Amino acid sequence: MVSSVLSRETGAEAASRRESYIEAYRWMLLARTLDDKFASLYRAGKLQGGVFLGRGQEALSVAAGLALRKGDVFAPLIRDLAGRLAFGEPVVDAVRTYYGSALGPMRGRDGNVHRGRPREGLLPMISHLGAMISVVNGVLFARRMKGVAGTVGVASIGDGATSTGSFHEAINQAAVEKLPLVLVIANNQYAYSTFTDRQFACQALVDKAPGYGVTGWTVNGTDLADCLDVLTSAVARARGGGGPQLVEAHLLRLCGHGEHDDAGYVDPRLKSSEMGRDCLKVAEEFLLKQDWAGRDQLQHWRGESIEKVDQTVAQVQREAGPDPYREDWCALASKHLSEPHPS
Amino acid sequence: MSATYLEAIREAQARALAEDPRVFIYGQDVGAFGGAFKATKNLAKEFPGRVIDAPISEDAIVGLAVGAAIDGLRPIVEMQFADFSIVGFNQIVNQAATLFWRTHVPCPITFRLPCGGTSGSGPFHSQSLETVYAHYPGLVVMTPATVEDAYGMLLAAVTLEDPVIFCEHKLLYYHLKADKLPTEALPVGKARIARVGRDLTIVTYSAMLHEALVVAEELAGEGTEVEVVDLRTVKPLDTDTVMASVARTGRLLAVGESWPWGGVTAEIVARVTSEGFNLLDAPPQRLNAKDTPVPFHPNLWKAHRPTAGTIAAAARNLVRM
Ligand SMILES: Cc1ncc(C[n+]2csc(CCOP(=O)(O)OP(=O)(O)O)c2C)c(N)n1
Ligand SMILES: [Mg+2]
Repeated sequence: MVSSVLSRETGAEAASRRESYIEAYRWMLLARTLDDKFASLYRAGKLQGGVFLGRGQEALSVAAGLALRKGDVFAPLIRDLAGRLAFGEPVVDAVRTYYGSALGPMRGRDGNVHRGRPREGLLPMISHLGAMISVVNGVLFARRMKGVAGTVGVASIGDGATSTGSFHEAINQAAVEKLPLVLVIANNQYAYSTFTDRQFACQALVDKAPGYGVTGWTVNGTDLADCLDVLTSAVARARGGGGPQLVEAHLLRLCGHGEHDDAGYVDPRLKSSEMGRDCLKVAEEFLLKQDWAGRDQLQHWRGESIEKVDQTVAQVQREAGPDPYREDWCALASKHLSEPHPS
Repeated sequence: MSATYLEAIREAQARALAEDPRVFIYGQDVGAFGGAFKATKNLAKEFPGRVIDAPISEDAIVGLAVGAAIDGLRPIVEMQFADFSIVGFNQIVNQAATLFWRTHVPCPITFRLPCGGTSGSGPFHSQSLETVYAHYPGLVVMTPATVEDAYGMLLAAVTLEDPVIFCEHKLLYYHLKADKLPTEALPVGKARIARVGRDLTIVTYSAMLHEALVVAEELAGEGTEVEVVDLRTVKPLDTDTVMASVARTGRLLAVGESWPWGGVTAEIVARVTSEGFNLLDAPPQRLNAKDTPVPFHPNLWKAHRPTAGTIAAAARNLVRM
């Protein structure tokens, strides 16, 4: 796909494609660096709760984040650190939420991947899989009702979560309302330990698209160029009034379900197949091959990412956790309707 | 203009739509058809594009409302029957009810739940779910018993910054009438003394209020003065009004139409016992529906829920204790 584009593209287009690729790569690198840091902090017993990584899914995730612009809506899931950063989530939000810092967006009330800033279009996932898609629909629906044109919403989902009722209800709802929703399925072959053959019986998940009356796309999730190409096109199509878009990416989860999981169940043949390639390595090789960056440059970017991550972690480690005595213990915005707490 | 309980609900929505451009209604058959109970009759015509038919997808209906609320709108969601809200339960209790606490972004949604038993409706069109929703933090649960409250509390629900479970009782839809709609309403969370008495307090809400008032009238003839407290909102629960009434009467009977295990009546008894044990002249009592699904046949249905007959029997017992 990319090569056919290459032959006809102008110098300016080629330059912009190179720039986008490099920008995407750098977000991927930052995400990988931060994920690696979370993993080592977890092993060192420094983090409460679970740690969930996006290793192997950065290319897809970053492409989703970069295809969006300010004012758009993004509902990332557990493997979307790259997309979050590209969409605009500050590194410090991620670190603070893992640490439960009182200064983070969730103020210690929620943790790790359950974070966001709803007013800035970054929806904070709840754990219940499939539940965020219709919330994205709701924001898009509201924009239309208010006469605001041009918003696109991306919702991430895994292969496993396509089996939920929420997934079905939400994509059907988006189709009925013709909403500019881009639903990105990261088919990483496993839902926790469950292989796809125990999850669905269709040939490919993208085959569901015509059944819902939405456009379907397939993408190689290990190839950044393909991800950028497809996600940009799908988002543009939604923005242009083309209704919901369903993207299925093929890739492999290159980590455990969470850091507690050694993923011993993953088929070694998949690991050595093309699907098992590390998208970050593939992107680096591509950069070198295209001569878009040299080894020194890559090393420099790596150093920058490490510095950013280390600096942020060092800062957050010094921040106080939430104080239970200063917590108002009130789940309502209408404070006066709060139930008393018998002591 | 006289109005029924159902008309009051329609009028309140019409007014909310007229006064606030952020309000819209979303639910099954609510558009041109006007809703299964006609609670949105003509509203789609009067407010084009703001009263919208939804697919049969309670989960996605609630999810969409949450997204719209995040973006600054104030959705009213009509569940066709309270019973079906359970399909959207996850989105209500885990998405809508946690949003403010987790993010400080309010989630103002009014969920209208046509609830309660009516003869012949059976296990899946008769449920009273106030107890279930009241258990979850982050929700306000309203149970209006009068035409005035159906109107005033629905308007209040739409202006609240929190998700509200608005339990409207189907048995009251057509029978209950008021001469005119109120211009003022009691504050949300405030109970009302529906009848003054000095011998015994019945605390109740929704359709059971009317059974309790029949009992109070009947017992007055026997020389027992029953005080009846209408909770109006079961969460928050107006413990002060309940406690003040029990302080006057020394006897408590809590009555609810939902199932007996735990719940609103158990909560009332627990609070009065732990905070007002010394006020009690007799063990506090409670009466609920039986612990089975709601039956279909009228003979069974009438015996399943508390009625004036069973409430009166419980009240007489309590006075003798
Ligand atoms: C409704 C629901 N059921 C179960 C879970 C527990 N759970 C969390 S992640 C997960 C696997 C998800 O697999 P998939 O959708 O393929 O995403 P992936 O982890 O592969 O990215 C499960 C079962 C959940 N979060 N939500
Ligand atoms: Mg998966």
